[in-house]
Amino acid sequence: MSSENEWPLWEVFVRSKAGLDHKHCGSLHAADAKMAVQMAREVYTRRQEGTSIWVVLSNQIVASDPGEKGMYFDPMEDKVYRHPTFYELPDAINHM
Amino acid sequence: MSQASIQVGTSPQVQYLLRIGDSCLILAQRLGEWCGHAPILEEDLALANMALDLLGQARALLTHAAHLDGQGHDEDQLAFLREERQYLNPVLMELPRGDFAFTQVRNFAVATWLLLLWRRLQSSTDPELAAIAAKAVKESAYHQQHAADWLVRLGDGTEESASRTSAALALCWPLFNELFDADAVDAAAVASGLGPSWAELRPEWTAHLNEVLTDAGLAHPKPSAYVSAGRRGVHSEHMGHLLAELQYLQRAYPGGKW
Repeated sequence: MSSENEWPLWEVFVRSKAGLDHKHCGSLHAADAKMAVQMAREVYTRRQEGTSIWVVLSNQIVASDPGEKGMYFDPMEDKVYRHPTFYELPDAINHM
Repeated sequence: MSQASIQVGTSPQVQYLLRIGDSCLILAQRLGEWCGHAPILEEDLALANMALDLLGQARALLTHAAHLDGQGHDEDQLAFLREERQYLNPVLMELPRGDFAFTQVRNFAVATWLLLLWRRLQSSTDPELAAIAAKAVKESAYHQQHAADWLVRLGDGTEESASRTSAALALCWPLFNELFDADAVDAAAVASGLGPSWAELRPEWTAHLNEVLTDAGLAHPKPSAYVSAGRRGVHSEHMGHLLAELQYLQRAYPGGKW
């Protein structure tokens, strides 16, 4: 298509009408942030009203190293006391 | 082609609706021609989305016009079985697709015009038309913003993009007059409360255009006294070809269900 300088890659996060958080839903090419928001709306939201869109340049995202997955995440697995799963929540509390 | 053409009535109310409905339909057809040909994938989707919006507006208006016309026609018959002289869109909408700059200049002009029209039509004495307008006004607002952003990008872009946008503006300029030329159909619409006279939209439309041209660093072409007459059925040489392509299947297979 075009050179990377002209059409950088953007990651798109969308919060749907009833959604609580922005979810990563894909990526696209756009010349700048304003265009990226418009294009994200065309490509990913199909114009549902009440939707919120975030776009961020892909090269601004720093990811954890898959090679260090074991060191990063495995130690949590077998220690149930690390998880606050033994509390009884009142019915009025949603989304915990 | 063996399917006979239909005629629509000459009541000002039906004419007024068809002028707007045909504008949406014909521009939707032109934008559809971009499918798979836009400069980037994302813009390809944007142009298709806008064509779909316009087609939806056209369907609602044509359905309503057919109902008011009272001859038992439906939206498909109005779209596929009217001849050029019975189509009432301004000539601007039927000009060939052109390059990307031309498309954005025309989209901006038409979207702004429709936006101002829909805003006023929301308080039409015809409740069906008011409901169609209430839905369409959001779509046109988005189309206008999208095209405005592109005009600024192109006008304020490279030498090539600026010169193409200027050329597109010069080509469209004389055809803008028709969007604001009031006649007996408008007078009847004002009298019955159906909708505004098209002339009423001009100052606000011009203000929108001036704002974008200033941002884009583009100069106004010279004023033109020419007024095209598409909305009275007198079209450019492009219209017949457009309709031949649009109507081929219905003409060849009369009454076919799809």
